[in-house]
Amino acid sequence: MAYERKIGDTILSVDQISLAFGGVKALSNISFSVNQHEVFAIIGPNGAGKSSMLNCINGFYHPQEGTITFKGNTRRHVRPSEAAREGIARTFQNIALFKGMTTLDNIMTGRNTKMHKNIFWQALRFGPAEKEEMEHREVVERVIDFLEIEAIRKTPVGTLPYGLQKRVELGRALAAEPDLLLLDEPMAGMNLEEKQDMCRFILDVNDEFGTTIVLIEHDMGVVMDISDRVVVLDYGKKLADGTPDEVRSNQAVIDAYLGVAHDDAEE
Amino acid sequence: MSGEKPAISSVDTFPKLLLENARRYGERPSIREKDLGIWQAWNWSDVKGEIAEMAAGLKSYGFERGDSLAIVGDNRPQLYWAMTAAQALGGTPVPMYQDAVADEMQYVLEHAEACFAIVEDQEQTDKLLEVMDKCPKLKEIVFKDTRGMRHYDQSYVRSLDSLMEAGRKYLADNPGWFEAETQKGVGTDIAIMLYTSGTTGRPKGVMLSFDNLIITAKNGAEWDDLTEKDEVLAYLPMAWVGDNIFSYSQSYVSGFCVSCPESSDTVTSDLKEIGPTYFFAPPRVFENILTQVSIRMEDASWINRKLYAYFMDFALSVGPDILDGKPVSFGDRILYAIGEFLVYGPLKNELGFSRFRLAYTAGEAIGPDIFDFFRSMGVNVKQLYGSTEASVFICMQKNGDVKPDTVGVPATGVELRIADDGEVHFRGPGTFVAYFKNDEATRETKDDEGWVMTGDAGFFDADGHLKIIDRAKDVGKLNNGTMFAPKYIENKLKFFPFITEAVAFGNERDYAAAFINIDLEAVGNWAERRGLAYSGYTDLAMRSEVYDLITDCVNKVNADLADDDALSGSQISRFLILHKLLDADDGELTRTRKVRRNTVADRYGELIDALYSGVDVCPVEAAVTFEDGRKGTIKADVKIREAIVVNSQQAQAVE
Repeated sequence: MAYERKIGDTILSVDQISLAFGGVKALSNISFSVNQHEVFAIIGPNGAGKSSMLNCINGFYHPQEGTITFKGNTRRHVRPSEAAREGIARTFQNIALFKGMTTLDNIMTGRNTKMHKNIFWQALRFGPAEKEEMEHREVVERVIDFLEIEAIRKTPVGTLPYGLQKRVELGRALAAEPDLLLLDEPMAGMNLEEKQDMCRFILDVNDEFGTTIVLIEHDMGVVMDISDRVVVLDYGKKLADGTPDEVRSNQAVIDAYLGVAHDDAEE
Repeated sequence: MSGEKPAISSVDTFPKLLLENARRYGERPSIREKDLGIWQAWNWSDVKGEIAEMAAGLKSYGFERGDSLAIVGDNRPQLYWAMTAAQALGGTPVPMYQDAVADEMQYVLEHAEACFAIVEDQEQTDKLLEVMDKCPKLKEIVFKDTRGMRHYDQSYVRSLDSLMEAGRKYLADNPGWFEAETQKGVGTDIAIMLYTSGTTGRPKGVMLSFDNLIITAKNGAEWDDLTEKDEVLAYLPMAWVGDNIFSYSQSYVSGFCVSCPESSDTVTSDLKEIGPTYFFAPPRVFENILTQVSIRMEDASWINRKLYAYFMDFALSVGPDILDGKPVSFGDRILYAIGEFLVYGPLKNELGFSRFRLAYTAGEAIGPDIFDFFRSMGVNVKQLYGSTEASVFICMQKNGDVKPDTVGVPATGVELRIADDGEVHFRGPGTFVAYFKNDEATRETKDDEGWVMTGDAGFFDADGHLKIIDRAKDVGKLNNGTMFAPKYIENKLKFFPFITEAVAFGNERDYAAAFINIDLEAVGNWAERRGLAYSGYTDLAMRSEVYDLITDCVNKVNADLADDDALSGSQISRFLILHKLLDADDGELTRTRKVRRNTVADRYGELIDALYSGVDVCPVEAAVTFEDGRKGTIKADVKIREAIVVNSQQAQAVE
């Protein structure tokens, strides 16, 4: 269907970020901005600093220089919990779920920042706490419905296949009803069919909920297909950014991907 | 039961039954669906309201008397209501197989001249849009789930919500319209058109009248004392006549509640939550359940394994007799009661079978072991023989008169005869009106006196039970003159949990031979227990250990066949394990998972030659179609094994 998606104003802007671990420079002087309702991809060879970039955005790493502006609030240091409350949710490169808990419970943890009753109320599960839990459960059930994982609602996630765990992790992030969703290699290690499913979910999330998405992905086909804009990192430096077509024809990018030893073929 | 029974003649269509049920059972649940993890129920009064709105909505969108309404999707209350809504308007609902690809749908849409379609979701909408320009009559698509649909700006693609809204307006302007419209239909009108999946040629549209369905459903309900208190889980395709009888017609006739699973993946847990009393499943499902139970028991603790083994063994000796009401000693009854407490009860509960009053299986032969397993633990599984052309019931088994290898006695009102060539003919209240736009096929199938040729070969046993051997046209002869009934042999093979599908060859050949598909789960589990690593179906199927395992099965089948005078010559001399699973997407199986013999014979001609040429290995390359429609190939070296042929001239002929 031909239609125009409403790309809004800048929701996230990264301004001259530099991050170093001791003498290792993970990121140097990176700037880019992400618009509301966009699917934005960060690509680059292994060790380019992609995950570090995500970690800076959601406050897990604190860059030595530069600022990050999210929804108009500019800051250099933000705690992950604050970032979550402001509406940033993420998934991880290596799945970080509670393996012994069910799909339902895992996704429920995504509602944590939205729960207002204190632990004593929650422990009693009585009156207002019960009402609150029911509201949260409804959101979680909508996510389960959305991701078509009804059949594994009560299954401990540790026993699920990898592709499904990835989907549960996305579910947990979605349960937080984020404005900005950070996906760290959502399709790594998946077969083609699982990848196609995941692509569809990502596009649906973007479309149905208007969620802005920043993703890291190695599969170039996927990135070029679903992203509105792409930024390319290499050795912690920005090589290029722009639409997939612009990036594809950029000589520096072609060199980084084809001309040197570390390519994107490894997963 | 509340209220008096209505005169049958006046309530002769489903819309009239709906009004009747809303009056009689008003507050009783009619249909349930699990939504957001909670079972939502609509009672008969609610359902009447919903259907009236839907009918009015269709009317205001331009649906006319005599139009066809295509219905595509999983079992959903709204889609069942759409059937009644179309019927109330004097239209014909045409439920279609939801997993069919766009091309297959195009044929049915075009042939049925469907002008409206109600579909479940975006996936089905996309398929219909893809073929819409080839179906000139189709002018309106109504979708139920709005997900992903917001950018469909075609004027002819609209949501069910907006249709219902239009219906509410129409009803407000025209009070009493629905009731009046309902009275225009009569029992002899066409109620539904069902396309047969067709093992040969193009699907045919079977037209069934209200009388066909309602009288047959009533006869069936009386046969088994169905009441409004029964519970059914609707999980089989709506396009299949069985679902129409069990989840629709009989619900309207008896007033019982039908539950729709949350998704096709959750059927097992939904079964457990709903606890149906009346259940239908093809033999394949019972087979899978038994396989699952066996696999999971192997992982159970030592004490549980021992208990299970002891009590299941005991149950096999007395369970079926207890179920059939035959005399059983007091001591055995006590022991059985202990078994029920320790093993059968918990197992049935785990499977969702606790409240089963009766369960039917049909479509194919069920393995005696599987049949006995369920009956011995008190699950009243019975067999029936039916077809779309008969509105299902041709033969069925009576409580207390159940055998594993027959399909029972003729159903109420059904007459049966066996033609000279062994083909089964029937005539009864459910006999279909005609095939849509295909008089030639109608004449070939149904004669002037109303006898319908089933195409199945069978005979009556000493107790008057019908026994089906095979499709009449598939029964052939080996070169030495022995009768060759491929289905009979294949069924014997498929009774082994390790074998999921088999195709036997032998007509006009020197000996019988077979293709085999192993059951990936059962054999996979068997392999894991032996520390045998494998990468997938093809790899596992090529293992010599697996060949040894399957050789044992084939040898047992041969020993079994040797006992049967007529068939002992058709023992399997050579077989191979196919390198890929036969698949409906490749056209090798029908959508109801029956083997398309000719297609298989065409595609694997070189393998058949290899079976009859004495070579041990045959390299092959097969095209496969993935679920998303892409195509690929699988290459393998298929090995061919010899089996032990017992006691026949064949043995010498081969060696």
